[in-house]
Amino acid sequence: MTNRITLGSVFLYGTLTILALFFLMPAYMTVVTALKLPIDINLPTSWEFPAVINWASFSDAIGILKPNFINSLILTVCATIGSTVLGSLNGYVFSKWKFKGSDIIFTLFLFGMFIPYQVILIPLFQTLRAMNLYGGLPGLILAHIVYGLPITSLIFRNFYSQIPTALIESGRLDGAGFFSIYWRIVFPLSIPGFVVTSLWQFTQIWNEFLWGICLTRHADNPITVGLAQLAGGQAVSWNLPMAGSIMAAIPVLCIYIFLGRYFIRGLLAGSVKE
Amino acid sequence: MKKALAKILIVFVAALMLSVPLTAQAKQLTGDLEIFSWWAGDEGPALQALIDIYKKQNPKVNVINATVTGGSGVNAKAVLKTRMLGGEPPDSFQVHAGQELIGTWVKADRMEDLTPLFKEQGWMNVFPEGLVKLIGTDKGIWSVPVNIHRSNVMWYVPANLKKWGVDAPKTWDDFFAIAPKLKAKGVVPLALAQNWTANHLWESVALASLGADNWDALWSGKLKFDSPEGVKAWELFGKVLEYTNADASSLSWQQATDMVLDGRAAFNVMGDWAAGYMFTTKKLVPGKGFGWAASPGTGGEFMFLADSFGLPKGAPHPDNAKAWLKVLGSKEGSDAFNPIKGSISARTDSDLSKYNDYLKSAAADFGKDRVVGSLAHGVAANETFMGGFSSVMEMFLKSKNAENAAKACQQLATKSKIGM
Amino acid sequence: MQEASRDRLKAFLTLLPSVVLIGVFVYGFIGETVWTSMTDWGGMGALAFEPEKNFVGLDNYVELFTGFLGGGFRQDLVNAVYYSIMLLVGAVGLGMFIAILLDQKPKGEDVLRTIFLYPMSLSFIVTGTIWRWLLAPQGGVNILPTYVGMEPMTFDWLSSTAAILEFNWQNLFSILLYVASFIMIMVGLWILKHDSRRAIKRWLGPGIIIGAGVWLFGGLLPEALFMEETHGFNMATLGIIMATVWQYSGYTMALYLAGFNGISQDLRDAAMLDGASEFGYYRYVAIPMLKPITISAVIILSHISLKMFDLIFAMTGPDNAETGHPALNMYLTTFRSNEFAKGAAIAIVLFLVAAMFIVPYLIGQYRQRGRG
Repeated sequence: MTNRITLGSVFLYGTLTILALFFLMPAYMTVVTALKLPIDINLPTSWEFPAVINWASFSDAIGILKPNFINSLILTVCATIGSTVLGSLNGYVFSKWKFKGSDIIFTLFLFGMFIPYQVILIPLFQTLRAMNLYGGLPGLILAHIVYGLPITSLIFRNFYSQIPTALIESGRLDGAGFFSIYWRIVFPLSIPGFVVTSLWQFTQIWNEFLWGICLTRHADNPITVGLAQLAGGQAVSWNLPMAGSIMAAIPVLCIYIFLGRYFIRGLLAGSVKE
Repeated sequence: MKKALAKILIVFVAALMLSVPLTAQAKQLTGDLEIFSWWAGDEGPALQALIDIYKKQNPKVNVINATVTGGSGVNAKAVLKTRMLGGEPPDSFQVHAGQELIGTWVKADRMEDLTPLFKEQGWMNVFPEGLVKLIGTDKGIWSVPVNIHRSNVMWYVPANLKKWGVDAPKTWDDFFAIAPKLKAKGVVPLALAQNWTANHLWESVALASLGADNWDALWSGKLKFDSPEGVKAWELFGKVLEYTNADASSLSWQQATDMVLDGRAAFNVMGDWAAGYMFTTKKLVPGKGFGWAASPGTGGEFMFLADSFGLPKGAPHPDNAKAWLKVLGSKEGSDAFNPIKGSISARTDSDLSKYNDYLKSAAADFGKDRVVGSLAHGVAANETFMGGFSSVMEMFLKSKNAENAAKACQQLATKSKIGM
Repeated sequence: MQEASRDRLKAFLTLLPSVVLIGVFVYGFIGETVWTSMTDWGGMGALAFEPEKNFVGLDNYVELFTGFLGGGFRQDLVNAVYYSIMLLVGAVGLGMFIAILLDQKPKGEDVLRTIFLYPMSLSFIVTGTIWRWLLAPQGGVNILPTYVGMEPMTFDWLSSTAAILEFNWQNLFSILLYVASFIMIMVGLWILKHDSRRAIKRWLGPGIIIGAGVWLFGGLLPEALFMEETHGFNMATLGIIMATVWQYSGYTMALYLAGFNGISQDLRDAAMLDGASEFGYYRYVAIPMLKPITISAVIILSHISLKMFDLIFAMTGPDNAETGHPALNMYLTTFRSNEFAKGAAIAIVLFLVAAMFIVPYLIGQYRQRGRG
């Protein structure tokens, strides 16, 4: 089975290679463009490797984007922690402590997933301003936590529904109450769930643009806004935005690479049994 | 004795009161100034030149250059409108002078009247009268124009025209006479790019078909869009479109200009930022590397658009903003900004030695031609009309039905309250 | 028992903050948007400190669907339907395919998995710009064949104005009924094997009746629009769909891979022993077992199809009519034309269409809970 070259394995590896190339095509182009000098960037030669490698793109991009990068980091970490912790507690309630009406509330939560961000832009702005939270990161963090709640609650509810109720019952027999059951039994089992929700939320919040630009003042702009400024305008020297976007993608990419396995495990537990 | 003392006191107090305004004037402006625009990339340096002048005059003010790029200004508009609705206006923001400003902000009573500023700075004598009329209303003047661009220009390469044995057409009939010849040689007679450039071409063609008086009448509500003249404008446009390139919607405006420069197309109707592109980016010499003429049928008419800045009501730092507006309207400011931007100053007294040959000729035209407002760039019609006009244009590009397009325009004009 | 009710109280209180937040930020705002969509807020004076808003009921909606100037919206709606269907089919199909391949445990599975998953981590600005370049008619993908000595491709990709499957909006009602009857007949045929009575009574019967009815009496249906208006599947959207599938099939792949891993090896061996081929194993055993995953994937992907706004905005800009989407239309209507009420109406239509995906899920949930 291990070293046989069958028609099947040729087909398998061949198809996988073609697919991998298709998936890597855009990444290749991003890297190649980032490394070119601005004059060399044009459409007909877009595939070709640069003759002169321009490492300055990266240093320039870092210089311009550093404050945005830090803003994004603070924003995303805080909002992710907030929405996943609350989502975990909500999921715990929805799956293990059903009370009258909890299903209806859950359904109403789910609807919250289907709001396009543009729809609630103006009311959100006005509300945040009324709460004196416009312009800085706290308001944006609050917005992301609230809008992340539906999906994190969904994932955690599905995840927890596969924890046998017997486990909860035995905890109760031992005299544990609501919070101690959570803390001692449920929480330790939640790691894969946290990985899935954190990964999802981190990606969504890190890459979000519209609220980032409307709800923060210039100094607090996240990195997506910084990138858009680099890539805006009529004639752009594309090496900068490409280098900037590689920089912007690195944190999320790292999490995917290192936590990929837990991600799969978390998805497994969360989605097979409903 | 007491009377003398009283007199001295009065003189003393009067002297104090006279000197107070003087010291107030000498007091430095401090605080922030938030300038909101969508000038980034190539246009950034021109804005920076203005900011540098401002900083020299007001070193204690912290200038926040809040540009929002993307989507040809729609992102900037989204941020601006969200902020204005939420009660957080910037100190000053970029807006096209004319109905784009008036229809959106002035009619909503969100802008301060700048007539006192205009009078104080003597701008009433320096800006052409036609311009001031078009950027103000009967209730006041609402923004300070930073630059003037011309919309109805046709570009070509003189050497190529000679090679093909044609002249730059003065009317559209001339164009239709030479276009089949060019087509036979495999040359696209008129280069066109994506959507908004079609709107841009339309206004030149419509101006040619209607004439300046009827054009003005359209926008004051005196002439209806579905009148015979209106339909004729669309019919002419349809005929012109037959001589444009089929892949127009995939090209950026620079790529259409490139088609003329490479010799793949003969003419291109575009605003004079194309001159900036050809001069600065392509390093061509005006007159030799590229030539220009008024778009066919519009000789003697200067269809303008102007970027401008205003003062919103409730701006956090109105004094800093007023100082900014003074820089914009000043000779020093506009002559620093415009050569870099590739436009001309709105002032009739600008120092033309700083400008290249094309801009010199444009400034001369601006001084003597009949000035009319551009539709595609916010002077002639408000944003509601402009938004719907794009849909009408798309419909026309698909169906080429002039009657329907004219009717749709009229429906749109009524809805957008054109001329009211 | 006292503890049980105290615990229930604690449960409720834990949930309360989220409920309040969602109540205000989601439902409060939706409510406000619905209200706005029923006013005439827009046009001149829209941005005043106290803008004038008059109640106009459903006028905005009527204009969107039957007005002269709503043609762009209607095409965007058609586009949105195609986008969603193609995204679901593409992402689920491709994801499942790759998951099956990776389930064979080839060498380098970890690396491959990362390769397929990384596109999800990219911001749409990157994805949009890169794909815009890749699909530029004069460069990018079209010139790839030249590197192996072949002619370059000439497809216009994003600037294509071609459209297939064209139909006239006037015939909308009859088309919708045809589609409904087609679906019902298909479902009926599918169930015919298991439960022929139910199949005929619930699906085949009505399906055939509706189809025949439209065929015979279609002329009696009112016209959906007062003039002819062609709509179709714009080929320009192919590029956008490709980019979106590229970005999100990694997610569905991960879902299915997790599911396959969860099926115990014993079950798989048993199926093999029974004489099933690889292909048969997947078709009859594995995939049906993973129906819940497919449902999850469909929900998440429909949530994502709303995010296509970002991608379309970055790839073709706001002004390309061929690739429009109601979300983009809403953005432009609100912030460029100052038509806040009309924009709100578009947003609500969009919300309802997107939420439609959740209704079957909910019905399934309730029925499952009723049974189990």
